[in-house]
Amino acid sequence: MELFIAGEKKSFEDGLSVSKLLEVEKVENPLYVTVSVNEQFVDQQQMPGRILKDGDQIEFLYFMGGGR
Amino acid sequence: MAFTNEQLERYSRNIILKEVSSKGQKKLNDAKVLIIGAGGLGAPAAMYLAAAGVGTIGLCDADAVDLSNLQRQIIHTTEDVGKPKVQSALETIKALNPDVEVETLQGLVVADNILSLVEQYDFIIDGTDNFPAKFLINDGCVIAKKPFSHAGIIRFQGQLTTYLPDQGPCYRCIFVQPPPPDAVPTCRQAGVIGSLQAMEAIKFIVGIGTLLNGSLLTYDALKMDFRKIKVHRRPDCAVCGPNPSITAPVDYQTASCDLKT
Repeated sequence: MELFIAGEKKSFEDGLSVSKLLEVEKVENPLYVTVSVNEQFVDQQQMPGRILKDGDQIEFLYFMGGGR
Repeated sequence: MAFTNEQLERYSRNIILKEVSSKGQKKLNDAKVLIIGAGGLGAPAAMYLAAAGVGTIGLCDADAVDLSNLQRQIIHTTEDVGKPKVQSALETIKALNPDVEVETLQGLVVADNILSLVEQYDFIIDGTDNFPAKFLINDGCVIAKKPFSHAGIIRFQGQLTTYLPDQGPCYRCIFVQPPPPDAVPTCRQAGVIGSLQAMEAIKFIVGIGTLLNGSLLTYDALKMDFRKIKVHRRPDCAVCGPNPSITAPVDYQTASCDLKT
């Protein structure tokens, strides 16, 4: 299946969960990343069970604490 | 109050824009903006807002200027090292535009003062460098029904969103709660994002354009890539949802930073 990660099309095996995607994409600090699938936030507890579908649009929103 | 000849000349490049005109300039001159954190984000934001003629700028920062700040905090100069940042910023703003009224608070925003502080202003700019402060500013602005611009930066990346009262989504809709201290690195880098925060404040005050309400703008300086990610309200948001569990501001433990400010 194909997913759009931050707007870029990429191929993945079918049946991938959000948790697994965070692993495959080597997302830093996966416990502290907000994930949205098709503009809907996926709660941390739902990530292992949330199976992605062909064409899903995924965004990783990272904590950015700097500013001074 | 009519503009003086000097003001007409100073603000002529604003007034000439049909979206701003003398009406919008008057709104800017009457507006009060609070900038929390006079550093990497707050410095450029304060300077652009002062230059544009925002009538009152509030500055809140507890620190003194350090030599290592000067590579990015352009409101402070070499001779300001050791001076309270709010004082140094006040002097730069006054030199840039003597029309601007500057109110300073040399200290931190905490649960006890956030509401009384934000209530005095029309728009708030979060230029802080830690999650407890960012969540406190969010909660305070949601509770006090004040619009604010959130920004965060790390190394060469930045993010920006604008909260509008009763519309949301708020910062907590996106990030829910602060990460534990030291779980996520905080770093400093600036310039572009603070200027964008100033532009959001100006658009809000003048009442033009589309704000970053409902969008998280992300910026990657290395790729020179800007992306607008749509974000929606969380129906169960602890502060801006219909049944909030947070009804008064709360102080979180301050995370230690991996670099000296």
